Amino acid sequence: MLKQTEGSQAVAEAIALCRPEVVCAYPITPQTHIVEGVGALVKAGKIENCEFINVESEFAALSVAIGASAAGARAYTATASQGLLFMGEAVYNAAGLGLPIVMTIGNRAIGAPINIWNDHTDSMSMKDSGWIQLFAETNQEAVDLHIQAFRLAEELSCPVMVCMDGFILTHAYERIDVPSQEEVDAFLPPYDPIQVLDPVEPYSIGAMVGPEAFTEVRYLAHEKQLQALRRIPEIGAVFKDVFGRQSGGLIHSYRTEGAETIAVALGSVNGTIKEVIDGMRDDGAAVGSVSICSFRPFPLDELRAALVGAKHVVVIEKSLAPGLGGIVASNIRMALRETAVPVYTVIAGLGGRPITMNSLREVLEAAGNMRLPDVQFLDLDHGAVEREILRAKQTRRAGPTAENILRNLGHAAVAGND
Amino acid sequence: MTDETALQRVKFYQTGTHTVGNRLMDKARRSVQASMDRSNAITSGHRACQGCGEALGARYALDAALRASDGQLVAVNATGCLEVFTTPYPETSWQIPWLHSLFGNAPAVATGVAAGMRRKGRADVRVVAQGGDGGTTDIGFGCLSGMFERNDDVLYICYDNEAYMNTGVQRSSATPPTARTATTPAVGDAPGNIFGTGKNLPLIAMAHNIPYVATANVADLHDLEDKVTTAMDIRGARYIHIMVPCPLGWGSAADATIHVARMAVESGLFPLFEAEHGRVTRSKKIRRRVPVEDYLRPQRRFAHLFKKGQEDTERIARLQRMADANIERFNLLGERETP
Ligand SMILES: Cc1ncc(C[n+]2csc(CCOP(=O)(O)OP(=O)(O)O)c2C)c(N)n1
Ligand code: SF4
Ligand SMILES: [Mg+2]
Repeated sequence: MLKQTEGSQAVAEAIALCRPEVVCAYPITPQTHIVEGVGALVKAGKIENCEFINVESEFAALSVAIGASAAGARAYTATASQGLLFMGEAVYNAAGLGLPIVMTIGNRAIGAPINIWNDHTDSMSMKDSGWIQLFAETNQEAVDLHIQAFRLAEELSCPVMVCMDGFILTHAYERIDVPSQEEVDAFLPPYDPIQVLDPVEPYSIGAMVGPEAFTEVRYLAHEKQLQALRRIPEIGAVFKDVFGRQSGGLIHSYRTEGAETIAVALGSVNGTIKEVIDGMRDDGAAVGSVSICSFRPFPLDELRAALVGAKHVVVIEKSLAPGLGGIVASNIRMALRETAVPVYTVIAGLGGRPITMNSLREVLEAAGNMRLPDVQFLDLDHGAVEREILRAKQTRRAGPTAENILRNLGHAAVAGND
Repeated sequence: MTDETALQRVKFYQTGTHTVGNRLMDKARRSVQASMDRSNAITSGHRACQGCGEALGARYALDAALRASDGQLVAVNATGCLEVFTTPYPETSWQIPWLHSLFGNAPAVATGVAAGMRRKGRADVRVVAQGGDGGTTDIGFGCLSGMFERNDDVLYICYDNEAYMNTGVQRSSATPPTARTATTPAVGDAPGNIFGTGKNLPLIAMAHNIPYVATANVADLHDLEDKVTTAMDIRGARYIHIMVPCPLGWGSAADATIHVARMAVESGLFPLFEAEHGRVTRSKKIRRRVPVEDYLRPQRRFAHLFKKGQEDTERIARLQRMADANIERFNLLGERETP
């Protein structure tokens, strides 16, 4: 049903439609509204046979989900930022155990300096944990991806993270088609576990594995991701049959026919990028864009096919690998390793910094004119950075960098509900 | 007279081991371990050291829990010796469904298993979570407190060998004062662990007002089994803290495990008691009181206290005062009417 609603609320309703049996919650902005929404639905009796457990930390949230999933129940939780790091050990564990938990990440920066606003550093920190990572471009896609995520996770017995941009999506009100229970039931069968704790057939789950078999176990985790690479588009196609719209898949290409410069990005910034592409196309520039929906597994072949005709690939990414540059760009280079297409990294939107159409257009034009460096920080205040570097050179006891930069820029400390 | 109190009042006059012979017990009260078809939660062939108190404690406790639950039992295990020595891939000693996730999350995982079982219509399947003292009093403490506070339907059992044994005997917050560990070496002015630190988890568990808390010891099988059975009769969060000597970490002889465990009780250093909803309801009387030396001497981790010609009488006396305080606090000599 089409309705005007908040992204988080719509996701909460989508989760409810998926008939979870155990939901664990711990508050952290900007994910909180989602679990609050699910909690309210459970408390009002609107989700049959579901327990909502308020835990003492994110580490416990995912650990409870691990136990519930191993007992054969459909388990869900959500987190963001510091919360994802706090549960880090359990994130790897859930994947290692092959438990099909679905978790929403309301993407947010990671401190220090503490910052509640959007970027992708949190999800990127867990990119190699063995979870499937799907990035939503819109709130509609966030809703749809959650429904697909349970099916994908349970088919493969592999946990799935649905990543949606904090605030930009989680807190945005817009028209969203929240499907009916009948539609979701037609698409998502009940969870039929491949392993379950059962006194009738007692398994030992989580035994110690030494060098003689560890590589094989890890290889199978890799193989599972490769299977996901095949299943994600197939599940997307089934989804389209049932719900009548295209959502999910591995990548979405936009106006890439004949494009010389192609922008690549994850998540909601693709909306802005498309508008920039439209504007530049109107002005005769040969530009296009590719949105990566599935970051893990990473669709190497699909990206190569989508990008190989370009002269410049500009990766707009909301995370930074300090000392290297771009994480997504490094992955894209892997896809283009047999080609001569240059890949540029543009680090943008860190800690909620707006990514403006003007700035995007500038970098895409610069790439076309061969003026873009390998790694560029979008809208970096070079003056402030230079002044701070100089100051730090002059005094040993230079003090805390973050506070100095704020003072330097003439801002008072900014408060938020972190 | 209820069964429970009968057990306390009837005196079995025996010499030697001071344990109550199985044949003297009512049939129903006989140990699971004595039965021909005992449940055997952890079967033989595991890789614990000879004389491992933890292997013994876990088998005693889980076999009793299996009997109490009619075989409908799942165990969640924290990382530690018990986990490692029972499941060297591709073998397992566990005859029951068993889940190991991490070192610090066993209570939360168990909460999840219990919730999952309820949702799957299998509330008859009972959940035990277990870990060593490090996994319980230190790294898993947050999750444990959360599980208690929510009164989740989990029996948590701590096998307390008073140090991080699996990583090579390092100090935990359950290591007693003066004990030598790899991180509290027996050197300097006050060799071994210092006084004035550590936490008493049974008392902390009681502070959560959970329905049942008990301490137990591998030297008293019947008492241990009774406590597990009592715990299994209750729904909600329950905690049993079992002292399990570790010959490797304590430097005690492999065949002295039961003796050392008994001396811990008889000296008063390890009080045996039960508590319901935050109140001590029963304590187990000391049969024949011994000085703390009798407990300390058979263990090389305390050897520095007994150096020839330079006995550390002051610190031994301090340990004795700890034992005396336990005896007073938990009424271990039965001097008061109420526990
Ligand atoms: C997060 C984490 N930190 C440290 C370890 C290493 N580690 C594994 S077992 C163990 C010691 C366990 O001690 P305890 O809980 O007392 O159990 P015991 O081996 O003594 O029975 C440690 C420190 C780990 N596995 N995970
Ligand atoms: S080190 Fe101690 S606890 Fe571990 S197996 Fe050996 S005796 Fe048992
Ligand atoms: Mg220990």
